Amino acid sequence: MAKLILNRVAKDFGTGRAAVSNLSIDVREGGFLALLGPSGCGKTTVLRMIAGFETPTDGSLHLGERLLADASQSLPPEKRNMAMVFQSYALWPHMSVADNVGYPLKVRGISGEAYRKKVGEALSTVRLEAYAERRPADLSGGQRQRVALARCLVTSPDVVLLDEPLANLDRHLKQEMEETFREFHQRSGATMVYVTHDQSEAMALATDVAVMSEGQLLQVAPPDEIYARPEGRVVGGLIGRGAIVSLKSPDGDVRQLDWAAVEPLFAGEGGSASRSDILVRQEDVILGGEGIAATVESVLYEGERYAARLRLADGQILRAFSRSKLAVGDEVRAVVRGAWRL
Amino acid sequence: MYGYVRPGNSQPVWLFPFIVLIVLILSVLPLARLAMTGVAALANGGAIAVLSDPALWSATYYTLVTAVLGTIISLAIGCTFAFLLTLTDIRAKGLISFLFVLPMMIPPQVTALAWVQMSGPSSPLLKALHIAPPLGSPQPLYSIGGIALLYGVQHAPLVYLALRASLMSLPRDGVEAARLSGASSFRVFRDIILPLSLPGIIAGAAISFVSCTGNFGIPAILGIPASIYTLPTLIFTKFSAFTSRTFGDVALLSAIIAIISVAGLAIQDRALRGRDYRVLGLSGATATFELGYWKLLFAPVLWIVIFFMLAAPFFALLAGALVPAYGVPLTFKTMTFHAFSEILFKQAVTRTAFVNSLSLAAGTAMCLLVVTVLTAYALTRRRDVLGRVVASVIEIPYSLPGIVVAVSFILVFAAPIPLINMTIYGTVWIILIAYLSSFFAVSLKPVVSAFHQLDPALEEAARLSGAGFFRRLKDIIVPLIAPAAGASVILVFLIACNELTISALLWSAGTQTLGVAIYNLDDSGSSDLASALSVLVVLMVVFMMLLLELMAKRLPKGVVPWRN
Repeated sequence: MAKLILNRVAKDFGTGRAAVSNLSIDVREGGFLALLGPSGCGKTTVLRMIAGFETPTDGSLHLGERLLADASQSLPPEKRNMAMVFQSYALWPHMSVADNVGYPLKVRGISGEAYRKKVGEALSTVRLEAYAERRPADLSGGQRQRVALARCLVTSPDVVLLDEPLANLDRHLKQEMEETFREFHQRSGATMVYVTHDQSEAMALATDVAVMSEGQLLQVAPPDEIYARPEGRVVGGLIGRGAIVSLKSPDGDVRQLDWAAVEPLFAGEGGSASRSDILVRQEDVILGGEGIAATVESVLYEGERYAARLRLADGQILRAFSRSKLAVGDEVRAVVRGAWRL
Repeated sequence: MYGYVRPGNSQPVWLFPFIVLIVLILSVLPLARLAMTGVAALANGGAIAVLSDPALWSATYYTLVTAVLGTIISLAIGCTFAFLLTLTDIRAKGLISFLFVLPMMIPPQVTALAWVQMSGPSSPLLKALHIAPPLGSPQPLYSIGGIALLYGVQHAPLVYLALRASLMSLPRDGVEAARLSGASSFRVFRDIILPLSLPGIIAGAAISFVSCTGNFGIPAILGIPASIYTLPTLIFTKFSAFTSRTFGDVALLSAIIAIISVAGLAIQDRALRGRDYRVLGLSGATATFELGYWKLLFAPVLWIVIFFMLAAPFFALLAGALVPAYGVPLTFKTMTFHAFSEILFKQAVTRTAFVNSLSLAAGTAMCLLVVTVLTAYALTRRRDVLGRVVASVIEIPYSLPGIVVAVSFILVFAAPIPLINMTIYGTVWIILIAYLSSFFAVSLKPVVSAFHQLDPALEEAARLSGAGFFRRLKDIIVPLIAPAAGASVILVFLIACNELTISALLWSAGTQTLGVAIYNLDDSGSSDLASALSVLVVLMVVFMMLLLELMAKRLPKGVVPWRN
């Protein structure tokens, strides 16, 4: 196993707009990278280039010392020793569960006792031993997902790719499968690349999150860091909940702002002449008797709390949580205990 | 470096060039040769002789008149059946649909023979029922009207299938919205359904017209006795009286047929322009009208039409096969199976024809199976201009009349093949190649639709599992498209078995097909043997259609033409 390196990779399908451009990421050995972005941002194309289904039009991909693909040559997928969980699971309907899981072994010429042992192990990891002789059509969505995962496990691949594997599952199953993925990652130690448009999945699973938009890589960082210190409007808007307001730039090169630093900016005092985008997380807006005056514009009851949209005097929007009930039109005051200059 | 492939195409490098080569041999080469010979004939001045030949112009006239009339008749019958069977709650739709499509699968010369046996003064059936016209009165079908009527019967199923396809995609909610707007059933039909189904009607008319233009079996049996020659039968007679000018002449005649067909398709294209009604909203649920009391009128009408299109001609054919001798009335006492035993056990010609047709059909179906699986694979995974060009070039020989394809292949293979110095003209191989060319599109369609329904991830998963091209073809792709491939084999087998037009020009002693044998037997006056052979052919067609019907549940939608 080795590091997966994407070096200035680009892909142009000839549609006039590059699907992926100038993208460089190093995925460390045994790392779990989540590719996060809205649909159509090129994240699936990146995954398919790693797998070898697409070839880059520029740049190169390496696995350790080994070249996977560049603009002039490409190692076909069948020679890359990778595995993938597809969004549609891609189980072969004409084979039993055991045959599906064992197929990569069969192709590699493994048979007899070794074959049966490995298939049995893979099935027991995903707790599906009892279903070995069933057809995929007879399984539920979560069970099919686990068969697809077992098929990845069976050959100890260098890289495991996951293409929105939880998109078709309901919420309970999602949580259970997230658990299974995490367990699988820890146990196998394989490098994993996970494509998703759901930030909570990315945060929960990955050791690193890469945010993409319109074919560009915007930021790569561990989940907690990308949450606390997003780069730019797009990442700030995509990760977590919050609002982006445009205020006068704070003095100096500070990015992490506390109430003392933000209060004058909201009041329109101090700061420099230029303006900055400031990200205010929803949980950092505290409603109370003091602070910035705002009007409640809409309220959503979420069960454990209320989520409110507040309109400031200058028309900008803040978001806040509230324990107590709010009504549209209420006048409130808010303290911003922390903010981040994008 | 070992193991690396060039980017841009993850398929085996040889696959697409291989398919292009096959398409070049089967489609481009013969048609290019036909065009060249035609141009050469024009340049040699032979053209004036051909073009000033009154036979050419009368044949063109008869071709156009019979094709236009035939198209009108097929439209009338086909539209009635399509509207009633698709949109109403009439009973036994599946059965009626199956029976209605049958005539399309029956060889045209068999249809013609059956209708001849059904009408006229010497019809065994009418005689047995004592309603035959007096001896000496003319056979009414030996006329332009007769040819047009049979064109109509033969091609009505084509109109039916085309219109049905567009009716099936009619949204029920659109019809329901019109209802809620206050429109009566009749107004909904006139204002909503008719305009939306017009593209289907136009497409059906075009297919029917092109098929009429190229039909050989019907004018050969009905026209030649009355000296009514259409272009295909004229080509046939030119080959019978072979001279040094024949090649140039038939190239020009084929070119005229091709031009008429292309003109028909061009008119279709024009008529369809601006009528691309993408159906919005939910489709799938087909609109249904309750006929109520009208059912008492419509259901018998459908059954009567089916009786006259199918049952009556078949019984006439059967009667013709069972009479002991020409002109003897058929009763239970006089009826004999002599004709059947004659063609099955005694006549060497019919035995050869059976062997030839069955092995040609099997050979065509099997060769095309291999080629189409590879072609469909390559074409569905390739969405560029070249892929689309190849796909449409494959369609050309199928949409051209068979007689044009046959003439083209004669021109290509009349001389020995260069380099290997072998002549395949006059052997069974030239028929096989012409069949491969003509039925490529038929074979390809079901397989392509199966590939379109196949999730590409299924193959990608196999690739990541480490399986190379042939491995995943064997383990994953072929098992998954097997039902559609099976249907494709049966369809091609069915059509190739009953084919006459191509083999009528390409056969020689020892390479007769069933179609040729039926035509020759009838031509030489053995109508009882021709009828008996036809009865067997019809039974074979029904058997294979039933086989497809049984497979239908496991097939992708649209593979079995007459099913929903």
